[in-house]
Amino acid sequence: MCTCNENSQQFAVSIIVTNQSGTLTRISSLFSQRNFNIDSFTCGETNNPQVSRMTITATGDASKKIQLLKQISKLYDVKKVELMTPENTILRELLIAKVKATGETLQTILDVANVFRSKVVDVSPGSVCIEMTGESNKLNAFLTYVAPYGILEYCRTGLVAVERGNKCLYGVE
Amino acid sequence: MEKSGCQILIETLIEQGVTTIFGYPGGQVLHIYDELYKNKHRINHVLTAHEQGATHAADGYSRASGKVGVCLATSGPGATNLITGLATAKADSVPIVAITGNVPMELIGTDSFQEVDTLGLSIPVTKHSFRVDNVDNLAEIVREAFRIAKSGRPGPVLVDIPKNIQLDKTQYSPQGVVEKEPNTKPETALLDQALELIHKSKRPIVYCGGGVINANCSQVITQLVEKTDAYMVCSMMGLTAMDNNHSKYLGMSGMHGRFAAIKAMTECDLVIAAGVRFTDRATGNRQKFASNAKIIHLDIDSAEHGKNIDATLQVVGDLEFALSYITSKLEPRKHKEWENTVDSFKNKTKDILPTVGYLMPWEVISAVNERATPETNIATDVGQHQMWVAQYYNFKNPRTLQTSGGLGTMGYGMGAAIGATMATGNKTILFTGDGSFGMNLNELATAVSENLPLIIVILNNGRLGMIRQWQNLFFDNRFMATVLDRKTDFVKLADAFGATGLRATNKTELNEALDKAFALNSPVVLDCLIPDEESVFPMVPPNGSLENIILK
Repeated sequence: MCTCNENSQQFAVSIIVTNQSGTLTRISSLFSQRNFNIDSFTCGETNNPQVSRMTITATGDASKKIQLLKQISKLYDVKKVELMTPENTILRELLIAKVKATGETLQTILDVANVFRSKVVDVSPGSVCIEMTGESNKLNAFLTYVAPYGILEYCRTGLVAVERGNKCLYGVE
Repeated sequence: MEKSGCQILIETLIEQGVTTIFGYPGGQVLHIYDELYKNKHRINHVLTAHEQGATHAADGYSRASGKVGVCLATSGPGATNLITGLATAKADSVPIVAITGNVPMELIGTDSFQEVDTLGLSIPVTKHSFRVDNVDNLAEIVREAFRIAKSGRPGPVLVDIPKNIQLDKTQYSPQGVVEKEPNTKPETALLDQALELIHKSKRPIVYCGGGVINANCSQVITQLVEKTDAYMVCSMMGLTAMDNNHSKYLGMSGMHGRFAAIKAMTECDLVIAAGVRFTDRATGNRQKFASNAKIIHLDIDSAEHGKNIDATLQVVGDLEFALSYITSKLEPRKHKEWENTVDSFKNKTKDILPTVGYLMPWEVISAVNERATPETNIATDVGQHQMWVAQYYNFKNPRTLQTSGGLGTMGYGMGAAIGATMATGNKTILFTGDGSFGMNLNELATAVSENLPLIIVILNNGRLGMIRQWQNLFFDNRFMATVLDRKTDFVKLADAFGATGLRATNKTELNEALDKAFALNSPVVLDCLIPDEESVFPMVPPNGSLENIILK
């Protein structure tokens, strides 16, 4: 449950962690200990096999955000933490949406999918599955547009984030 | 040389300089206890009455000696009983290593007998925790646990060892005691700015917390106080940072601080804060805390900067370096006017110690103080008695106070006093209340078994005094669940445990009892009957400031 207040804002943070049992719990536990709500979470391997990279978007008190980052950076398994500023970050999310499609609406939905530069990955009698990547706002816009046709279900991965330019969060040793 | 996991555990503990561990046996640590049996002459195991007592003992051992305290428990309930002790140690940055046994790895996750998610439970209450999943990593993990516990800002570390790992064998080669990670060196440019602020200040305060004790900086902080001609104010964790009889020592500020300390904090123009974290109990209303002052905040943990207080200058890193740098570069200051001002605050508080026919808590504390040496350990539980000790006991040497500051754990004192006595061999006084003592008095059995020179002074008011005080002040005297009036006879109880039991109802009896207790070198329980309506004053109500202070 979100315990956000008027000072809350959403932000994205990238974390490099070593692969230990309990690391995920330690990190998610810290967010709840400090009263932040995790909105999305992704984790995967990196070009350095020793470490994994997490991208977490969360909402919480803007003034306590820095405190949260400092607390995360103190965890033994955490190698690097960085707040990802939207203006300097490539932020992407993947969406798979299953939309109701009848004879009359199928072509419209396919046209819209095309406008959003998404991929149709399945068509069945009565529905169509669309795969789309982009910034969260783009995915939101698509979902809003197709909502009147009937969204049967959808699944979002949460954001992944990489800083623009040559700078890397955590280089290979 | 090939050894089993249990052998490696014991060897690694010994290699890390551990001479005493506090623990309680059980099914999943039987093999470890068997190794302890075989190594009795090399490592001393102290059996406590409860695992919680073992963690508090390891904690008290560490606070008194500066060494890493070690405790040992079995899986399941053994592990859950450690949690309060670990949280207590974490809140006060005390380095301890807790070892737990666990069910064999093939049974983990099957809800087997005495199985609990020890690692998961430990996460919010430790600095770090490990589960050993391969005997090849065991020695390195135990060493790493010690390194983490004592490096940077110290804290508790837990190592969970499944039974099969205890039995698996691998090569072991001894190593030396692990070194602390070197502390971050503070930026000298920032310290130069601190010097500038100090040179401009006319009414300086040095505000010192547990970090000063952890960094062994008593001497240099005293020099800083003298050279700056500042007054010293401390948090409860910093009470032993400086000789309390020093003319510049004002004592604790905060909710139950001394009037002069609170007043000086309000009037000063500069706070040199060292190893303090500005908790709600220490600051009261943060907007009004030291509102006339610039604040220099020195701390090893950068997360403390900006957490509770936005200091004028934030300096991260090694406290000893920072304090020595500032002290050595400082031109000696003199602040006669500030001295006169603060003296006037001091005089105002002299008359708040009524002496009547009854035995007053501060009379008990002073009477102990008169008989104690600078080396005497003082342990406390939590509540009114703890605040009275903080207000009225005069500490001389660092590390002679063991008290649960951050977590405020009632029941901490018995274990902590046992640990402190065993670490130092010095006489220890536990000041406790009838409420707190009731929580973990089972550890009296441990004190008797070890025949410790421990005097347990119960400030007995038949009440949960501190909560009663709040019900008195803020709940219109609706005393719910705070009037104990139990029929427990602490003198007989002491006798039943094999300790000496004494009682004092007035000053004469108190002096006789204390003379007797100090002459004995074995556990004594001294039941001091104090009035049930006494409150701790001064009191700054929660989120209040000097203007809301209640003096009597």
